[in-house]
Amino acid sequence: MKNINQEKAQKLTEKHTQLPNSHSHVIKDLVWFSLVATFFKLLLIPAYHSTDFEVHRNWLALTHTLPLSQWYTDETSPWTLDYPPFFAYFERFLALFASLVDPTITDLYNGLNYKAPSVIIFQRLSVIASDTILIYSVYKLTKNMELKKRFLIWILVVWSPALFIVDHVHFQYNGFLLGILLISLGALQKGNDLIGGFVFAVLLCFKHLFAVAGPVYFVYLFRHYCRGGILRGFGKLVTMGTVVVGVFMAAYGPFAYHGQIQEVLRRMFPFGRGLCHAYWAPNFWVFYILSDKVLASVLSKIGFHIQPPTASFTGGLVGDSSPFAILPTITPSVTFAIVLLAISPCLVKAWRNPDPKMIVRQVAYAYTCGFLFGWHVHEKASLHFLIPLAVIAVESIEDARHYFILSIVSVYSLFPLLYEAQEYPMKVTLLLLHVALMWFGFSESGSISKNGGLVNRWIEKMYLVGFVVVEAWGQFLHPLVFGDRLPFLPLMMISFYCALGMMYSWIWQLRCIIRSP
Amino acid sequence: MLVILAFCAYKASLSKKIRYVSDSKEMKKSRVTKAVKVEINNNNAWWWLTNTRISAPFICVSLFAILVRIAVSLHPYSGAGDPPKYGDFEAQRHWMEITTNLPVNEWYQNTTRNDLGYWGLDYPPLTAYQSYVHGLVLRFFHPESVSLYNSRGHESYFGKLLMRWTVLSSDVLIFFPAVLWLIIAFADQSKGHKRLTVGAIAAVLCDKDLVASFLFSLALNHKQMSAYYAPAFFSYLLGKCLKRQNPLLEVSKLGMIVIGTFALVWWPYLQSRDAVLEVLSRLAPFERGLYEDYVANFWCTTSVLIKWKRLFTTQSLKLLCLFMTVCSCLPSMFLQIRAPSPRAFLYGLLNSAFSFYLFSFQVHEKSILLPLLPASILAIEEPFVYQWFTQFALLSMFPLLCRDKLLLPYIALYGIFIFIYYAPNGKPDTPKPRFWSGVTFFVVFLLFLSFVLHIIYLTVDPPKKYPFLFEAIIMLFCFSQFILVVVYTNWKQWILSRKSPVGSEKKRA
Repeated sequence: MKNINQEKAQKLTEKHTQLPNSHSHVIKDLVWFSLVATFFKLLLIPAYHSTDFEVHRNWLALTHTLPLSQWYTDETSPWTLDYPPFFAYFERFLALFASLVDPTITDLYNGLNYKAPSVIIFQRLSVIASDTILIYSVYKLTKNMELKKRFLIWILVVWSPALFIVDHVHFQYNGFLLGILLISLGALQKGNDLIGGFVFAVLLCFKHLFAVAGPVYFVYLFRHYCRGGILRGFGKLVTMGTVVVGVFMAAYGPFAYHGQIQEVLRRMFPFGRGLCHAYWAPNFWVFYILSDKVLASVLSKIGFHIQPPTASFTGGLVGDSSPFAILPTITPSVTFAIVLLAISPCLVKAWRNPDPKMIVRQVAYAYTCGFLFGWHVHEKASLHFLIPLAVIAVESIEDARHYFILSIVSVYSLFPLLYEAQEYPMKVTLLLLHVALMWFGFSESGSISKNGGLVNRWIEKMYLVGFVVVEAWGQFLHPLVFGDRLPFLPLMMISFYCALGMMYSWIWQLRCIIRSP
Repeated sequence: MLVILAFCAYKASLSKKIRYVSDSKEMKKSRVTKAVKVEINNNNAWWWLTNTRISAPFICVSLFAILVRIAVSLHPYSGAGDPPKYGDFEAQRHWMEITTNLPVNEWYQNTTRNDLGYWGLDYPPLTAYQSYVHGLVLRFFHPESVSLYNSRGHESYFGKLLMRWTVLSSDVLIFFPAVLWLIIAFADQSKGHKRLTVGAIAAVLCDKDLVASFLFSLALNHKQMSAYYAPAFFSYLLGKCLKRQNPLLEVSKLGMIVIGTFALVWWPYLQSRDAVLEVLSRLAPFERGLYEDYVANFWCTTSVLIKWKRLFTTQSLKLLCLFMTVCSCLPSMFLQIRAPSPRAFLYGLLNSAFSFYLFSFQVHEKSILLPLLPASILAIEEPFVYQWFTQFALLSMFPLLCRDKLLLPYIALYGIFIFIYYAPNGKPDTPKPRFWSGVTFFVVFLLFLSFVLHIIYLTVDPPKKYPFLFEAIIMLFCFSQFILVVVYTNWKQWILSRKSPVGSEKKRA
């Protein structure tokens, strides 16, 4: 016993004398963080999972059983493959192991709605394993940072409650996709533009929703990478073009060979869906829809005859008919134009001064725009900017304050994903723990406490308190007051309330980008 | 895992135990590492948790602990889907059913309405009251789950959830504040407040002996297993009284408190002698035998060589157990009476709980949690012993948990435990110390052995002739380690009392 104590003491003293230039301790610490998270994720295995679980199981089965030419045409299950080819290859790769674990998992017909422990454990573990990429990306980003910032970022990303909720309970593979995004951003920050562009192209072939930041990438790379005179610039442009086209060839080439490109694209862009999901993502369109309703009821009270809309927003998928009574109908191309317009200030900035220090903000801003104004946005898409912003949240007091609020808004807006009673205490505790960690972490780092605290404006304080009110209303008061009537009202309130915070975050980010040199 | 579920406030059910183990350890652990680190350098990684304020670490750690409990509660409970008797979950649920539907004097009676053969109440009255309160909650939200007769073996999504939540709420309401109190007591102590402390089972440290005896009596009334700690409490309080000016008065004050508390709790049964005897007979299940399954205590382990059950009658075995238990905790009690000190008291708790675990009658695997509690309080002083002990305590419950299909949470909690223990401090590590030095080699070797045992237990079918071979090996292995820990902590307590400046010894000299 004594020996060990002595050794410990010795160890501790030696720690001080060691030079800080090796990264092995960083790796060790990060491994610690990720393993704690991993073991916690293991505990979540029996939790509720959404239909996305069966979606991915079906993809395992169809990529395993069918030849490549039928991947995007198969309709055995309603959950058809609608991600880009790399993701299909990824599922094909996983299916190799899945069929070893339990052949039923990859059986196209017998595997439908398969719920055995084998498939649950296998799929959950595959998500957990794929998170390794996220961990690696975080390592690349933070290895040269100072200790406190590093730990904070790890807490924000590796222990992100949003990722726990979406990936490890609800079931999706966002962790490793975001990891790829972070690798790309890390490369850009360091000036490795070619690698950054390459990785981003790969990401697009995994999940095309990430394409919202495409314009920013394009402008930035064009101005930052393709510099050095016309000739050299052109040469670099060609290089970058070759790389990107090469990636896309690798992804889509096999399908082009089989003449499947049209099918692939049709699956990937299903514009038949409505403007909003059944549960409205907390974005700009919440205000638009609500003001339409308010206008309609006000006008009809005054005496105008208002034709009630033929489709309802709360009834799930919406077809082609207009759901609006007064305001003009929104089409996909309108949302597309608005998103581009919203991103444009950032494009101008990137054009004028392509600055590696700003690229994370700019990309995150682009995703915020896509989230706020996009077509049929899902609330999970807020991860696309929540995670990258974590990396810059430690840079200044203002960043920390903004991130604190954004992160609460974003995680809270994910609550309706886990609607069953069993997960209720968990999601609440996850959020509270996250808030506590952020609160203490941010407050103790730097000079926040001397400058009025983490939440310093009264309106922000009121807003945060409001979450408690919204939640209390949805959980307790609403059932008491309305019983079973108006079941969508609590959800609408969550959407509306979170949308306020999202708009705030958008304006804050926009201001930040405009003010940058 | 039931853990959560089953038994509410005190750590009766196994998995809960585990969990319980792991997080109390977490608390301790993170505090420990924190404290150590602060001393070592101010620029440490957990700067924001180690700050002077106690609220930050406590909030974060308890939220994390709650989170882990919640996550564990997703897993199956003991006896899930296993008719006809199910498991501890059903026992707790049945108690709620009985207590909410029958008058209080029928709770411990075998009547037509209350079949004691089916999970009859066998915990002291306080547990019954607690079941009653929880039962009321359940009846309000989900009446089917506690309706008389019909609810036997009731299993439903919502029922399970409510049961889990009752456990969770008792933890949050009782266990966590107790731990907070404990931590504050420690903080005070380190600031130099000499006056200390004593704990009641719920890990309460306070400096009011009377409060302590009150709480301890409550604990005893909650679960008879709290008796494991009785010798330590008794001798510590006695030792303290004896040093005061008026020992007799002090002792009688304590006695009054204890008797008063008991009277309060047993009030409904004090009307008649029969009622009291009925309850008492339920609490002492001697018909169950010397040991069950393969618990890593003295009797079970030595029974490999000596067939105790065949050599002696139950009656003489009981006496033998009593004798051995008392003998084994005597040294620790004696030290306490002679020179009570708060630190040594913690060791005393550990030692007395251990002697009960090792030598008393009818010990269950999960009883290892009882020594584990004081051990976790001691984690700050003896991190290595604590960690070592926890690992083998977990191993000793491993077969039990496997039977309850709790392998997955077992792995996860084991992992979380180990990693919390080795929390990084963000500093470059030293080059490895000489790896093959004696103790390290021994440690690594044993860890490897326990790892291999896990694997073997899971993958290899035992030989037909000895179907419980692996359980027996695990038991032997754990027993040997427990003995080491006991010897060490007893020795440590002895050293402490030698060194302690407390008066009695010197005066006598």
